[in-house]
Amino acid sequence: MRYIDKTVVGLSIAFLVLLFADFFMAEWVRFIGLQSLARGAVALGLLVLWRTGLVSFGHALYFGFGAYAAAMLTLVGYHDAFFLVFAGTLAAGVLAFLLGFLLRRYRAIFFALLNMAFSMILYGVIVKTEALGSTDGFSVLTPTFLGYAPKGEAVQTTLFIFTLVFTYIVTVGVHLYLKTTLGGMSMAVRENEIRVEYLGYSAEKVIHVKYVFSGLVAGFGGAIMALAIGQVDPDSMANWTVSGEFVFITILSGIGNVGATYIGALVFELIRTYAFEYAPLFWQFILGGSLLAIIMFLPDGIWSLFGRLRRSDSSESSSNSNKAPSP
Amino acid sequence: MTAVLEVRNLQKNFGAVIAAKDINVTVNEHEIIGIIGANGAGKTTFVNMVTGYLRPTSGQIEFAGRNIMGLPPRTITNLGISRSFQVPQVFASETVFDNLMMAYAISEESGLGLLSPLYNDERAARVDRHLARYQVAEYRNATSSTLPQGIRKLLDIAMAAVSKPTILMLDEPTSGISAEEKFDLMDIIMEALRRDQTTVLFIEHDMEIVERYVSRVLAFYQGRIICDAPVAEALLHPGVREFVIGEEYHRTRTANGNGGDNGGQL
Amino acid sequence: MQELIVILVDGLVFSSYLFMVSVGLTVIFGVMKILNVTHGAFYAFGAYMSATLIGAYYNTELPEFGGFLAIFAAAIIVGVFFGIVLERGLLRFLYHRDEHIIVLATFAMFLVLEDVLLMIWGTDPYYAYEPMALLGAVDIVELTFDVYSLTLIGLAVIVALGLWLGLTKTKWGKLLLAVIFDREISQAMGINVTVVFTVTFVVGSIMGALGGAYIAPTISVSPGIGVEVIILSFAVVVIGGMGSIPGAIIGALLVGISRAAAVHKFPEIELFVIYAIMALVLAIRPEGLFAPPQARKI
Repeated sequence: MRYIDKTVVGLSIAFLVLLFADFFMAEWVRFIGLQSLARGAVALGLLVLWRTGLVSFGHALYFGFGAYAAAMLTLVGYHDAFFLVFAGTLAAGVLAFLLGFLLRRYRAIFFALLNMAFSMILYGVIVKTEALGSTDGFSVLTPTFLGYAPKGEAVQTTLFIFTLVFTYIVTVGVHLYLKTTLGGMSMAVRENEIRVEYLGYSAEKVIHVKYVFSGLVAGFGGAIMALAIGQVDPDSMANWTVSGEFVFITILSGIGNVGATYIGALVFELIRTYAFEYAPLFWQFILGGSLLAIIMFLPDGIWSLFGRLRRSDSSESSSNSNKAPSP
Repeated sequence: MTAVLEVRNLQKNFGAVIAAKDINVTVNEHEIIGIIGANGAGKTTFVNMVTGYLRPTSGQIEFAGRNIMGLPPRTITNLGISRSFQVPQVFASETVFDNLMMAYAISEESGLGLLSPLYNDERAARVDRHLARYQVAEYRNATSSTLPQGIRKLLDIAMAAVSKPTILMLDEPTSGISAEEKFDLMDIIMEALRRDQTTVLFIEHDMEIVERYVSRVLAFYQGRIICDAPVAEALLHPGVREFVIGEEYHRTRTANGNGGDNGGQL
Repeated sequence: MQELIVILVDGLVFSSYLFMVSVGLTVIFGVMKILNVTHGAFYAFGAYMSATLIGAYYNTELPEFGGFLAIFAAAIIVGVFFGIVLERGLLRFLYHRDEHIIVLATFAMFLVLEDVLLMIWGTDPYYAYEPMALLGAVDIVELTFDVYSLTLIGLAVIVALGLWLGLTKTKWGKLLLAVIFDREISQAMGINVTVVFTVTFVVGSIMGALGGAYIAPTISVSPGIGVEVIILSFAVVVIGGMGSIPGAIIGALLVGISRAAAVHKFPEIELFVIYAIMALVLAIRPEGLFAPPQARKI
């Protein structure tokens, strides 16, 4: 067996480089970086679900739930980032656990739409609740970090490190997890549920586990986003278009490697920011056009480009990534 | 001989259609039983009910003294009854090796063990021995979707056998296999299962194969069992001759083991 | 009692609107098994084109009631043009892909078309109230309703009847029904599924555009009107059964009247009562209330 896992090495190098660069980045670069980490985390959850043969059109549910949970806690006096993010993540995870009992029984487009329906319920609830600021949302106070209360640019610098550390741990964890039996059962459930049942394990249980994970990381991403932007509102966090963006990022990245989703999120963020800045009447055109181009010409996402440039022997980036989720 | 499976008064209705009625069977340890009958007679329904895929309308199923009716397939597999499928159920995009690794991993691990790495050298060695037993070692690294039908059937059966089940039910193991290859396939399968003394029930349409491997026959017709007897007796049973194998079937096996006319083929 | 009538009338109007915008979506899904997100763009384009044509029409000296023709002309122009261009030019290359990918492709097409709309018509709102003003208002049980909105009910009935007749009585309709039931067998029987797909997509686009075209006189036609329509029609189609036209009717009625009741009695739940019903239906009967029967696979 190989002693050196190239993905773990690659992720570790990226971690160290970004950690170091954090202190020298321009503010706008860091801001985009933060958003990429947050969205990339959400897409990581979708990657795990995709490998299990499922796509959700409603993960803004957990993203928004985590964001609003963290934001609401600041309203009642909690400032510590560790607590806020933990709470947002946990809240989303609990919700995913509960809804998972229902959702694990559905497949294909029904799974996708049921998720979407629930996300729109949350959206509707938020919009109609004056106390949550309705469509305007409300602002989130600056976080502190275990007593350390940075000011000015230092807030984002610290938040970046905070986010980087957690996403690194989670991403490496997912990578190792995908090599375990339970991780491999994503493939098994995707390929042949009947076989899994007849080999002695519950396919629904597998799906439930993956689903909870996806809820947790989406909640994490939402909480981070709330702190990074300093603001929550339903249209940028709970609307179905937000869910669509997450799926967009997943496709953009490709599911060949756990690190891909952060690159995809970054590319997405860059396209959107620059499109909006230089062509405010065309940014949707450019975004939509890019998505179409990826779908037509790069179906395995950006990661497949790396695969072509250098031989990657990571165990996930096999021909599996060419498979569509549903057989 | 100890009874390992007891089925009593099993019935299955699909609305107005009676797919199975008055099914009473006692299966003893280490028996090899052939299940025969025309299409739609209720053979696969029987297998589906015993393995938990279908819930019977009424009746009882006891495995090793334990009531298993209503339990899902995964529980019944873990208790010791496995099955193979008419259309092989494998992980099509994976190699034969990976298919069996997954089968072994699911069979061996539980609880937190599921978070241990899928691949380890010992498991790989077990898989390779299993591949050899089923004589599919040369297809080890082939993607399952590219396998010839016979090899895919062997893979399906091999996967079912991973858990060393007490009872293995095979649903038409030789269907879709050319006449010349049927015997070779069954030889491999039955030899592999003989080693573990697995109790085997298999659904089969080819009477020559039934004759060659089984000690006892269950004949189905329109949802009922019309004959439950040792093979020689069963093939002379008037109901079996009329509804399953045809009147003209002759068992004229010559000295070198070749069969007579195959009038009984359905 | 008065309130009940208001809810009923309001509900029927909104149901008719929902049916108009959803029936195209359900037809496309039924035949092609595609959830067409671009549907929202057809609606928006229909509205804008209708507003433009109405505006142009009423600048001439032609008879006043002819303005209604502008609405239908707009729907047909938008539906035929986009239907053919998008299906032949893009969608047909993706039929072999995973269903989620196809939905995302239609989402991408929607985004693109949203900006094309801006490029053509700019960001200012359009008003084309003439047809509505023409029909005036009417009093029902001491409450005033504008006749134009009530004609929406009539239009929905005509469309529903027309589609039903078209599908069950004409040769083309029966071909469509066959493909809805089983694409593979239809192909094996010699039905030119390629042509059926194109025709279906065009019909669905016209329906979507008609929804927007007819509603244009009652709203301020501005950017973004397509976004909400998508999610609403998804809900209706899911509830009624994806691919079923009777389902679209029942789904539209259910959602329309529930929403009217909510608006008048429990405004807080107005937005999410629709999605709650959608979630409920998906949870209990995912195929929808009126799904076409599915053969059981082994």
